[in-house]
Amino acid sequence: MKKGNTIFFANKPKVRSYAAICGSKEREGVAGRYADVALADDMYGESTYEKAECKMLSNAVSLAVEKGGLTDGEVDALLSGDLLTQIISASFAARDFQFPYLGLYSACSTMSEGMLLAAALVDGGYAKNCVAATGSHFASAERQYRYPLELGCTRPPQSQWTVTGAGACVVSSQSGAVRIVNATLGRVRDWGVTDVNNMGAAMAPAAADTVIRHFKDTDAQPEDYDLIITGDLGALGSRIFKDLLWEKGYDPSRHVDCGEMIYKVVEDEFQGGSGAGCSAVMMNSYFFSKMQAGLYKRVLFAATGALLSTVSSGQGESIPCISHAVELEAGYDG
Amino acid sequence: MTGRNAQNCNENYLKYVSALAPPTKHFKNCLSAFAVGGLICSVGQFFRYMLGYAGLSGDELAGAVSVILIFFGCLLTGLGVYDRIGRYAGAGSIVPITGFANSVTSPAIEFRTEGYIYGTAAKMFTVAGAIIVYGVFSGVLVGIVYCLL
Repeated sequence: MKKGNTIFFANKPKVRSYAAICGSKEREGVAGRYADVALADDMYGESTYEKAECKMLSNAVSLAVEKGGLTDGEVDALLSGDLLTQIISASFAARDFQFPYLGLYSACSTMSEGMLLAAALVDGGYAKNCVAATGSHFASAERQYRYPLELGCTRPPQSQWTVTGAGACVVSSQSGAVRIVNATLGRVRDWGVTDVNNMGAAMAPAAADTVIRHFKDTDAQPEDYDLIITGDLGALGSRIFKDLLWEKGYDPSRHVDCGEMIYKVVEDEFQGGSGAGCSAVMMNSYFFSKMQAGLYKRVLFAATGALLSTVSSGQGESIPCISHAVELEAGYDG
Repeated sequence: MTGRNAQNCNENYLKYVSALAPPTKHFKNCLSAFAVGGLICSVGQFFRYMLGYAGLSGDELAGAVSVILIFFGCLLTGLGVYDRIGRYAGAGSIVPITGFANSVTSPAIEFRTEGYIYGTAAKMFTVAGAIIVYGVFSGVLVGIVYCLL
């Protein structure tokens, strides 16, 4: 069933299992306590950061599959993507598995896009178990989008820190404590922000657009949710997101942001975490385990992505952004 | 904003965003840049005196001091210290010659994974290239002005 841009899943696919791997900086924060693997070394025993990112993603996927009690043969598809050009981490990680792979690119909103598509495949009866996964690495993202790591330049105070980590979850037609009720497809929004260091401000309109459309399509109010989770708006972006919701008459008090939560130490992270791994790590560690434990019953997860490249920003283009929302429910009957 | 479907280029929104942007601490930044930049120059001056006592003079002396500072800039970059100094000092560690050494060494290290030719050597001047081009260009301009005067 569909209303507006929201798909309502008739069979309500379940989140069968989930796994997250986080880097050394993330280990200090809340993700470190809930992730399956918290790395002491961001190289992860590899020779390059790209290989380390790929290994994190691959291990997150195999952990999630393992925790779900599945074998490679029982998984119907892997939906995965990452931030690097030609989504190399995701594609290279898919070499390690026997199941089919669908590559996605939706920048930092890949986690919710993956969950949305996996749920649609499962709900439609085309698949039994699908894995949605994504990850990012600070060092590989810095090299691609910014400057060499050792370059002695300053970071502007509105910037965010790309999360080193990966997360994966198995969306299944069978068992699972958390289920996916519906999903709202994102629209690309661009309000003209050109500052590549201010992703939060660029992404907040996209997130607000999707969340508000979700409320309208589902006839829900923000109070009906235990949490409204956004991906990586950061502290500044969250502030703007709250303002935008408030302006349209929605109460933003249930809103939390993965980027704002993930880091404990405020050193150079400034506005918090960003990157595909940010929401992937937080959802697949802290949020899913808390939902499983019954702390949160109804959650809206809207990861946010900035769809820019170094070429587009170099040519002075503004930053188009997107956000896909997935509504999750725990502690349901039956 | 470009593109046929450019939407919502919202002047009010951009104004609102820039009003929210956290302020850059100019005074503190200037102070730390002054302190660290001054320290680097003092180290250079120290070497200048020492080498002067050792018997060097003129161009030889200037060259030797530069080489020493470049060496330490590269060494600290390789040890992963210079970027930390840079984050604190800003222009204080970018403007001296050690900053130039850092801007050459850091991409060289970063792209080492793509091999010595297409990585290290080819990418070495990705940051410093701009400095060299505009450094030489402004040198030429100043030279012309100097010639005319």
